[in-house]
Amino acid sequence: MNAVVTARGLGKRYKNTVALDDVNFQIQPGRIVGLIGPNGAGKTTALKAILGLTAFHGQLDVLGFDPRTQRDKLMEQVCFIADVAVLPRWIRVREAVDFVANVHPRFDRAKCERFLARTKLTPAQKVKQMSKGMIVQLHLALVMAIDARLLVLDEPTLGLDILYRKQFYQSLLEDYFDEHKTIIVTTHQVEEIEHILTDLIFIRDGRIVLDTDMDAIGERFAEVMVGADRAAAARALGPLDERQVFGKSIFLYDGADRAVLEGLGELRRPSVSDLFVATMKGTYA
Amino acid sequence: MKTFYWLVKREFWENRGGFLWAPVITGGVFLLLNLMGIVTGEVMGGRHGFNFAFGGADNNMRLLQKLDTQSAEAVGAGLDMMMCSPAMIISIVMGFVVFFYCLGALYDDRRDRSLLFWKSLPISDTATVLSKVAAATVLAPLITVIVGALVGVLMMLMYAIALSFHSVSVWRLLLLAHPLQVIANLVGSIPLYLLWALPTVGWLMLCSAWARNKPFLWAVVLPVAVGIALGWFNLLGTVNVQNSWYWRNVAGRILLSVFPGGWYTQTPHIGGHGPAEVLSSLGLLNAYGALASPTLWIGVATAAAMLAAATWLRRWRDDS
Repeated sequence: MNAVVTARGLGKRYKNTVALDDVNFQIQPGRIVGLIGPNGAGKTTALKAILGLTAFHGQLDVLGFDPRTQRDKLMEQVCFIADVAVLPRWIRVREAVDFVANVHPRFDRAKCERFLARTKLTPAQKVKQMSKGMIVQLHLALVMAIDARLLVLDEPTLGLDILYRKQFYQSLLEDYFDEHKTIIVTTHQVEEIEHILTDLIFIRDGRIVLDTDMDAIGERFAEVMVGADRAAAARALGPLDERQVFGKSIFLYDGADRAVLEGLGELRRPSVSDLFVATMKGTYA
Repeated sequence: MKTFYWLVKREFWENRGGFLWAPVITGGVFLLLNLMGIVTGEVMGGRHGFNFAFGGADNNMRLLQKLDTQSAEAVGAGLDMMMCSPAMIISIVMGFVVFFYCLGALYDDRRDRSLLFWKSLPISDTATVLSKVAAATVLAPLITVIVGALVGVLMMLMYAIALSFHSVSVWRLLLLAHPLQVIANLVGSIPLYLLWALPTVGWLMLCSAWARNKPFLWAVVLPVAVGIALGWFNLLGTVNVQNSWYWRNVAGRILLSVFPGGWYTQTPHIGGHGPAEVLSSLGLLNAYGALASPTLWIGVATAAAMLAAATWLRRWRDDS
């Protein structure tokens, strides 16, 4: 199957900063990709390039279209939620559904109404009368009713409480995602999406520093909890990161020999957030 | 086509206050003021023993029969003008509505970032911009004309009923008016309004798509500043540009053409002897004489360029 997104030498430069520095990556269909990086690393720029919202240099192919010149066609196949607060404040639930139903060829109205029936939203309600959580429920109901091949989510749960956040990702998994769809998501709440991601891309200062699938992470990276007596030996193996917990040290290794590590202490798979912190060390320094 | 219809509808939803309620409320206030005038007349008349009747109730009955053809025509034209008056007043309000609508059309959704929602739908930026132009130059005047005509008819009825209490047979009088012709005139001038208003709509939308903040300042201050600079250079005698030419043909056209009626500056003559002639000089036939003026077409061409630029900015402006 063809890749959903292929970027070659993708670059974007603002006046005095480099947002994206000749980046290469591919995203395959049927994946849920986490695009993770510190503030200002270039995540949003990359997403904007994919959505044809910004000019860039290099090559970018999204579902066989060039987002610069074929954006109108592309948007029939791509959906995005930019963040929580982008629905127009004056619009009513009824109007939003009517409008999307009549301008989007792949929108399924009955499906949308089914999703809305599960919420407390009423047809006459205006967006400005809704809480952030309700706005995202409406937006998600609209987007999930569109049979798109690529869904792009840029910090979709920012500022929501944990109930809405859980519900958001749960709905996506249960009612939307299947092997024909692809989701790209950026977020800072890494712990919450860790278990739903199939692929991970770390981005830092406009460059991709890690591009891997989740299974490979367990094989490549390892965390060992080491007592103080063996800490020096552990340090000699060149860990990515070291932190202290209850008088013991936890070392994070990239591609180290598992047999050797097992000799040092208890071995486990690192969490994405620990991996992230270790990879991004010194970003803001 | 269906998408375009819904795009215009979206503009109506968003701007219901300006497009619908502003004319309706203006019309309502207009009717209320007229009613107050009638009541005042009745009360004052009653208090001072004055009767509307011109020389007694008996004479009123015969008043109409005595009108000769020429006077009947004048009365009819007078009534037609009276019926037009609410539409004219409402259209001034509409001018303001359209002005501020255009100024915000491509700016407000960038500021509140709802642009990102609209851009997530498969709609071309050309269609978006054109739908906003259509809302400003077709939808707004259409609503104005409908509300204006309704208010005009209601006002005539109000006076007719008031006068009939004084045994003036106004129904006969009203038959001298041509309400359908008045309405046809108003509706017929909408295409002319579209063409005439385009330079202002184009300029305001260009500013709206371009400004990072305060589009009003850019849209108004820029042309005014240029005018003042020209005037100053003229004063110094360094350039020989007719200052009044600039104000009339540039500044005026890109700022004030959203107010209807400006096209009469391009028609051969307005006015005449008696209401009938004045009215016919304002009629469609004469108004469309403006189509012969290059000013109008230069304005349309400039507007097309400005709208193309606005569309391009809408596509590529990346600040939300």
